Amino acid sequence: MSRTHSQEQIFKLLSEIPDPEIPVINIIELGILREVKFVDEVCIVVITPTYTGCPAMKVIEDDIRIKLKEIGIEQVKVELVLSPAWTTDWISDVAKEKLRAYGIAPPDHSSVDKKVLLGKARDLKCPLCGSIHTEMISQFGSTACKALFRCLDCKEPFDYFKCL
Amino acid sequence: MKEAKFEYLLRLGDSSLIIGHRLSEWCGHGPILEEDIALINIALDFVGNATSLLSYAGDVEGKGRNEDDLAFMRGEREFRNLLITEQPNGDYANTIARQFLFDTYMYFLYEELKSSKDETIAAIAVKSHKEITYHLRHTSEWMLRLGDGTAESHERLQNGLNDLWMFTSEMFDMDEVDAILIKEGIAPDLTKVKASWEKRVHEVLAEATLQIPTTTFKQKGSKEGKHSEHLGFLLAEMQYVHRAYPGAKW
Repeated sequence: MSRTHSQEQIFKLLSEIPDPEIPVINIIELGILREVKFVDEVCIVVITPTYTGCPAMKVIEDDIRIKLKEIGIEQVKVELVLSPAWTTDWISDVAKEKLRAYGIAPPDHSSVDKKVLLGKARDLKCPLCGSIHTEMISQFGSTACKALFRCLDCKEPFDYFKCL
Repeated sequence: MKEAKFEYLLRLGDSSLIIGHRLSEWCGHGPILEEDIALINIALDFVGNATSLLSYAGDVEGKGRNEDDLAFMRGEREFRNLLITEQPNGDYANTIARQFLFDTYMYFLYEELKSSKDETIAAIAVKSHKEITYHLRHTSEWMLRLGDGTAESHERLQNGLNDLWMFTSEMFDMDEVDAILIKEGIAPDLTKVKASWEKRVHEVLAEATLQIPTTTFKQKGSKEGKHSEHLGFLLAEMQYVHRAYPGAKW
């Protein structure tokens, strides 16, 4: 670690960075931030994309540089790793609850959840009224990581954070 | 070995880049809003996959070229994408036929690549295979919906399949590049991929009440950079800004 900052301090600081497309959860809760280390004086931050083409990665990288600069760390290298592949199973329960409160149905565990998008019925709860009387409109939604559903009771359409 | 790996990465990366670009042409033109969004999401996955592969290709080559140099500064004859990926979108049924034939191929190919002895290729394959599973599901559903739909949708989809069929055989061709990498455990033998592809395609076509095309003519050439007339126009559009303003940043 650097002479002035511990790993915990840096993690705490970077936890202030929200996901650009889902601002209620931060990049640690989402499982994007994998590692922080120092090699000589260079701070190396390792991140992993949710989807390979996720356009938010560049914004996240810029946000990391800005945050670290605030505490005087200027030599930063942001590394993108693909392995192990990101999975929705890394999203914490606390973060899942934040997603629900924000109006996005959170992903279930991947093993259970694939069935929903692969056409097999499973009760997906409407994040707005809690009804399980819902149906899929499209398996591709407003961003790469979401599918589009609608509630048949409260009639509201909602995003579902699809499992990967 | 290094040359073979570079060549192989171009083949994988270029196919994803070109089919991704083709799909992106649907942006704002989809038959319904949900499909417009779906096709563009899928396009993004392909371009993301191409970015990873071409970036790695640049590293393997070791001449300082990055993914942008490879995507935007090569001419038509230097591209190694499969011919099917550059075919024009046509009508919606035509696009679905192209995507279905290619998605099925990619699904089984990447399933094999997940156990490649090259760690980077394996990591990219593991990541992309999750996304391809969604793509294949999407196109398979549309095959059923259009094939077993109205007389009009059935005819259009059948026409699309008939037109594209001659481009499918080169997906499974193997040359000395494949031989070198198969020996190293980096690339899979495509015989197995072909068997899985045929089985799945035949199943879906049967369920969708479609006929397996009877075309026996096989168009090939992508491994030597010999393309159909469509690729040049695609590249002209895709590469224009990058070449007009070299090194531009925003």
